[in-house]
Amino acid sequence: MSVDTRRPPSSAKAPDPIKTSESGMVGSSRNGHWWLYVILALALVVVIAPFVWMVLGSFKGEGELRQIPPTWWPEKASLDNYTQLFSRLSFGTYFLNSTIVAVVVTAGNLLFCSMLGYALAMLEFRGKKVIFAAVMTTLMIPGVVTFVPLFVLVANVGLVDSLPGLFLPFLVAPFGVFLMRQFILGLPKDLLDAGRVDGAGELRIFRQIILPLCGPALATLGILTFLGSWNNFLWPLVVAQSETHYTLPVALALYSTGQNSTNYGLLLAGATVVIIPILVVFLVFQRRFIEGIATTGIK
Amino acid sequence: MSLPTTATEVPAVPGDSSGPPAKPAGSRAGRREARAAWILAVPFCVLFLTFTAWPVVQSLFMSFTDTKARDLRNPFNVNIIGLDNFTKALGDPVFRKAALNTAYFVVIGMPLTLALALAAAVALDKGITRFRSVFRLGFYIPVITSIVAVAVVWRFLLQDPGGLINTALGWVGISGPNWLGDPSSSMPALIMMASWRNFGTGMIIFLAGLQGVPQSLHEAAAIDGAGVWQRFRHVTLPLLRPTLLFVSVTTAIGYLQFFEEPFVMTQGGPLNSTVSVSMYTYNQFGFGNYGLASAMSYLIFFVIAIVTAIQFRLLRERT
Repeated sequence: MSVDTRRPPSSAKAPDPIKTSESGMVGSSRNGHWWLYVILALALVVVIAPFVWMVLGSFKGEGELRQIPPTWWPEKASLDNYTQLFSRLSFGTYFLNSTIVAVVVTAGNLLFCSMLGYALAMLEFRGKKVIFAAVMTTLMIPGVVTFVPLFVLVANVGLVDSLPGLFLPFLVAPFGVFLMRQFILGLPKDLLDAGRVDGAGELRIFRQIILPLCGPALATLGILTFLGSWNNFLWPLVVAQSETHYTLPVALALYSTGQNSTNYGLLLAGATVVIIPILVVFLVFQRRFIEGIATTGIK
Repeated sequence: MSLPTTATEVPAVPGDSSGPPAKPAGSRAGRREARAAWILAVPFCVLFLTFTAWPVVQSLFMSFTDTKARDLRNPFNVNIIGLDNFTKALGDPVFRKAALNTAYFVVIGMPLTLALALAAAVALDKGITRFRSVFRLGFYIPVITSIVAVAVVWRFLLQDPGGLINTALGWVGISGPNWLGDPSSSMPALIMMASWRNFGTGMIIFLAGLQGVPQSLHEAAAIDGAGVWQRFRHVTLPLLRPTLLFVSVTTAIGYLQFFEEPFVMTQGGPLNSTVSVSMYTYNQFGFGNYGLASAMSYLIFFVIAIVTAIQFRLLRERT
């Protein structure tokens, strides 16, 4: 079932000239159907409108944000929300916490999930079926159900209100194992045998032959894990109890929906800043990201 | 654990048959291989058993007890009450309402999201050749926008009067409903919002799947006189089926646990019209009824497992 869909980049590009000549044949412009651009552009406007409004809103004052009907362009644009964000809140601390947690969680998932994914896909050992069944089962169990037992566990080992308490429970995830296993299943088995003939041990085969081929899958897993950790809200809200351990979403939610009323300007400025690292990660990895899912052997 | 294990045998199927031929168990090479496998598996297994499996087992046990928040300090107060939590949940009118709402959300929202995702992916893959990465990023932006910001903006969009959506409807002479204030339009509003928020993920995965559809098949079909729709229906869709399976399974798992939208937008109102099973469960956790809430979670899991099994059956590749 796991058909190998990987192709060298050159052959992946190959169909392009044929495609343009074909679409020319059916009577559309060289760059595609113009009306499709119109529809897509309209859709794009609808899709990103809230995002644009968010960015524009971050330059507005509190009074203007509460105006009904809401305005698009700021009547009096100012950087007040941003200066407030960076001066009044210890933004650097939250940013650092979020980054540490997201990077550690992502690294853990990349390493441990690919290790087990390789073992599940390529090696024979007792207990293999049980491990995979357990992984798939937990993938389908609602996360909220383990929340309380997990919190009790973390509290019992004294990790509440600490950074390890924020990242340790998420160092591995069933999703990552599923993804890596599916991808590695699609790699040719000959690689393994070639390595063995050369006398390499299984661990060396993994490190020097398999891992380098997993780039796209690792990029996919990396982005999805980073995004999940970066936006994670409920767990850090409960576990990070002192301000020095807040992550960005927690700090933003707590400050902007403070004692009396929601401070929308601060909230929007914060949300705009928070999205930047994710945009960067997405832009850097998006080519590999798309390759990555195409080659996970999901077929 | 026997229940969850059997319930998930189905998704475990893909690829299982393609494992390497079994080596004689006693051979030296076989033993060395098994040892290497366990070295690779141990770090994951330790973390997984501690932070995932153990809480899962505890929560499963909890669902058969009358655990409340105060019992956490004194575990010996807990009584095993069998299936009482499950019967209580199923007999609770709000839980049933939540189940209906969730079904409504999934039945309308999932096809809508998949259709949007597929349409966007096909348009970006075959329809256009320029600005692809602009559209790709643009359509993905809702996925990566924080739910906090999404909630604020959508509340303004859905406002009545004065919200952007109703203003736009007014231009064409339609007077829009009080979206979040009216029980009959609150769920459609959340479905709209969820589809908007989630179709980007499906689109990215479909785009990846579409790269596996050979262009030569399209040309052959075009030469045979197949139109755009026929080519999509008879060439693209069959080849896309594995990807379709993956996207619909993961979307279903996510949508059956539909939680964030009502949580930030309506708190389940008005008149419980948007309360979802996950949200009701979450509230029960909040009230400290841990036993009951765990039972509700396992009811959700049970439905997810069934829906997943059905999807695997319907969309299985013909081999």
